[in-house]
Amino acid sequence: MTNTGFVFDVLIPVGKIVAVILYPMLMTIVMIWLERRVVALMQKRLGPNRVGFQGILQPFADAFKLFLKEDIMQDQADPLLFKVAPVLVMFSSLLAFCFVPLGEPIRIGTYQLTLWIAQSPVGLLLVLGLSSISVFGVIFGGWASNSKYPLMGALRSVVQILSYEIPIGLTVLSVVFFARSIDLVEIVNHQSQAKIWFGFMLPVSFVVFWISAIAETNRAPFDLPEAESELVAGYHTEYSGMKFAFFYIAEYAHMVLVSSLVVIMFFGGWLAPFPNVPAFAFLKVIPGFVWYLVKIMFFLYLYVWIRATLPRYRFDELIRLAWKWLIPLALLNFLVVALIRYIL
Amino acid sequence: MNNYWYFFLFLIISIAFSVFLLAFISFIRYRKNESGAKRTPYECGVDPATPTARESYSIRFYLLTLVFIVFEVETFFLFPWAVIHDKLKLFGLIEVVIFLAILGLGYVYAWKSKALDFGRSLE
Repeated sequence: MTNTGFVFDVLIPVGKIVAVILYPMLMTIVMIWLERRVVALMQKRLGPNRVGFQGILQPFADAFKLFLKEDIMQDQADPLLFKVAPVLVMFSSLLAFCFVPLGEPIRIGTYQLTLWIAQSPVGLLLVLGLSSISVFGVIFGGWASNSKYPLMGALRSVVQILSYEIPIGLTVLSVVFFARSIDLVEIVNHQSQAKIWFGFMLPVSFVVFWISAIAETNRAPFDLPEAESELVAGYHTEYSGMKFAFFYIAEYAHMVLVSSLVVIMFFGGWLAPFPNVPAFAFLKVIPGFVWYLVKIMFFLYLYVWIRATLPRYRFDELIRLAWKWLIPLALLNFLVVALIRYIL
Repeated sequence: MNNYWYFFLFLIISIAFSVFLLAFISFIRYRKNESGAKRTPYECGVDPATPTARESYSIRFYLLTLVFIVFEVETFFLFPWAVIHDKLKLFGLIEVVIFLAILGLGYVYAWKSKALDFGRSLE
């Protein structure tokens, strides 16, 4: 009897934690390949197609190269903060996945296997809070490098993340308003009961959230902190080898996290599409986490698509977009949504 | 309570993972050749204009960060209302509309006093 207790209380949680740590890594590897290949095909190039089938082993080769690369720290850098910054960025980007559900609970015999590590009544706020710890890593990395490009990249990154945090908060608010819960699992359950996804109820919220999310993750067309034509590589210019890889993985993990949040809040998480149409009832046979992964992959693809399509913003335009367009829009949207909800 | 114990376990494992991965990689790296120009700051191939970057740098966005704090706190005041708005009924709605109206006034003031302008539009 004590033996099964040990399995359920220790082994399964630890197994889940290891899986959740490996999941962003695996997604990073898939994303690097997808990004290089898709952008290349969109630009009528070939992209990586030599290493393995269609170049699928290319990211592994890249990772192995980074493992063996020399780790350079320049003389005037701050030694402690220079080493702390990549670790801080890395673990904070992993940490937010703790509260993100990866699918509906699976029933095995009498045991219910939940596909999340922890469920919290304020899960959404915790995820937003934990993921913004990485901004300290960015500041530390940029400042500790003691070099001009990283410093400017870090400062840009900070003001960008600060500015776009507010539209994100306000759009999340309208979702919470409808779901009447800040719990990520409850938000999905509410969409399951309502039989409509919030993305179709709150299209303005979704669009504002998605634009802000691209800016939060420093991706094109808002990749000003690492604009290679101006700032070389932004805050990680001076990093090499595995420390650079940490910044890289953290960026992709953040993208996966944001896509998960979009799917959970606006597109029904692990729910099958068309819940009202009887003809599509067979879609429910496919397990929840498959739907979830398919939806996440769609949004990750959208990231790549946007990157290949749109040119980069200018920095003052980027800040103006946040403060003079998105924030008033998100505030008005929230007010209108609240009033409509009260009248109906 | 159990949930937060798993969270702390996750915290410990993820920190340990990051630190040990970095330590392990620096242990297996076979070649170390630190010399000359490698250890100077990267400035597109030319010698650095100044030896360090520890000089005063115009941070134009400090007003933005002040406005940011106001808005961020305001958002988190609205969250409890969003969760229990159906229990507070009309009373809660009126109060939130007044709250947002005061905030909107502040926002218009910040806009008019050019706190939201940045870079080129200030000149």
